[in-house]
Amino acid sequence: MTLSMFQAIDQIDQIFVTSQHRLVSDLPAEFQSISSAILSVIAIVLVFALLFAITTVLERKGLGRMQNRYGPNRVGPCGFFQPLADGVKSLTKEDLVPRTADQLVHFLAPVLLVMAAFLAYAVLPVGRNMVLVNLNAGVLYFFAVGSLVELAVFMAGWSSRNKYSLLGAMRAIAQMISYEVPLVLASIVVIMAAGSLSTVSIVDMQASYTGIWPHWFVFTPWGFAGFALFMIAATAESNRSPFDLPEGESEIIAGYYIEYSGFKFALFFLGEYLGMFATSAMAITLFLGGWAAPFSFLTWIPSYLWFFAKLVLLILIFIWIRGTLPRLRMDQLMSFAWQFMLPMTLLNLFVAGVWHFMPAGIVRWLVCIALLVAPAILLSRSLKQGKKFAVRHYRFAE
Amino acid sequence: MFGEGILKGLAETARNFFGSYVSKDRLTTVQFPEQRLPQIEAARNFPFLVYDGEDWQQGMRCVSCFICEKECPPKCIFIEKSTDKKPDAVGKPQFYPKVFNIDVSVCMSCQICVEVCPFDAIKMDVAFEHSTNNRFAGLLWDKKELAKPNEYYRQIHPIEAAAVDAALAEERAKVAAKAKAAADAKAAAIAAAAASTSVEVATEK
Repeated sequence: MTLSMFQAIDQIDQIFVTSQHRLVSDLPAEFQSISSAILSVIAIVLVFALLFAITTVLERKGLGRMQNRYGPNRVGPCGFFQPLADGVKSLTKEDLVPRTADQLVHFLAPVLLVMAAFLAYAVLPVGRNMVLVNLNAGVLYFFAVGSLVELAVFMAGWSSRNKYSLLGAMRAIAQMISYEVPLVLASIVVIMAAGSLSTVSIVDMQASYTGIWPHWFVFTPWGFAGFALFMIAATAESNRSPFDLPEGESEIIAGYYIEYSGFKFALFFLGEYLGMFATSAMAITLFLGGWAAPFSFLTWIPSYLWFFAKLVLLILIFIWIRGTLPRLRMDQLMSFAWQFMLPMTLLNLFVAGVWHFMPAGIVRWLVCIALLVAPAILLSRSLKQGKKFAVRHYRFAE
Repeated sequence: MFGEGILKGLAETARNFFGSYVSKDRLTTVQFPEQRLPQIEAARNFPFLVYDGEDWQQGMRCVSCFICEKECPPKCIFIEKSTDKKPDAVGKPQFYPKVFNIDVSVCMSCQICVEVCPFDAIKMDVAFEHSTNNRFAGLLWDKKELAKPNEYYRQIHPIEAAAVDAALAEERAKVAAKAKAAADAKAAAIAAAAASTSVEVATEK
């Protein structure tokens, strides 16, 4: 390859970065940084809102096909304009607020939820040099902002002045806090390995190759285990099936947002999906090499395309899992978080340490895999043994 | 094994997902407004009035006996009787309904009117797309809207209609035989009277 080809590839890769610079370069110096930040925010809001629209229709069609149905197929070609119809519907619906509700908090809850979900995107590098702010505590910021979602959920449950929404909010909070612990602990292994909290430097560290193979953290025993644990915790954190008990659409209708209608209800959906994208994007950043190509000979494809390809892949896996697994019970959910996820993430921290201090080679691989797999099997066996399967007798219902 | 069930489930849903694009047999959904399944014989929705022949007013079987109006649980039928008479389905002169209204917003499709009608005049329809943009007028059906030919009844409920047709034909034959017998008897009486008068004339001579 000639130098000019490299330059052309680099130009395509950096097209958004350079065009942003060109747009703001004509402005006076004191407005340049703020206007470039505003441009990035507009881009993030538009792109991820569009991704939300695409995901809803993909999810409905995918779930339909898994259940041998068509899914939406009326609006536009193959039903792909369904989100537009849904948006118009939710905008034209009456916005009901309970008379005894705390009006202000009831209004603020969906706004805060969406805002918190969007704030998390500030530190996610969606491409090479494409990050809104390169915080040196980026991962910490991400989880701090992510916990704002819990506040919004409880605001929604509390302000509705409805016992069902309050109970739903309590369940949601219990679940989110329980799974936040393994979520953070699972990501600590990457911070240990990278020695940095900055998302940009974590991705840079993974964007190099040995031969054709990339240095993604998922291709290590602790990285793979960490990725699996992180994704399970992320599923629970974003209230997705099989951990969707706070919403529980088939039995408790909507949980904490039962008193919301019209566009506020749509905002809750938007917030939930944005949270799912954000945690998936964080998983990509931490374990799957962020915007880096999976093979060294594929680096000519622009970095942002790789990022979104990985994101869409994770979303499709989320949809696949939603179409497959039934919902857990509350006690199963909690015991899984505290009795399986937490010990495994702690063990994973230890394994990451072992990996770091052992000399490179096959022995290190075998030791680390054995250290992870054997306790996982033993732990799940021992948890299973405590449970007795028997015919339940109900005192009053027979 | 550890996680085996989850993998099996994932394989099953993946098979369904790809299978639904390959085999059309998997997708059993009927795309309703364009595709329709044939109506089943026992389907029923709202009642209609059956008439024989071409003219819906002359052929109407209803004799305004008020039984259906009295039996209707939600009281959705309103009948006004005529002052004159017209021949009914079997040929006897009977009253007919001057007004016959059914408020379908009240009707609960219970079929009791059909069960109690001794004249097979009211039957259940299967048409179900009756949305209107008027809350009141569009849902109060009068005699003209309710009247439907016997051919339509045969089409939607073939087995039931055949039994009704057979019973009516038998009834018609009976009535016709009776009328013929009455006519014969009358003719015989006239003939006998004529004979007796001639005998009387003869004896007087």
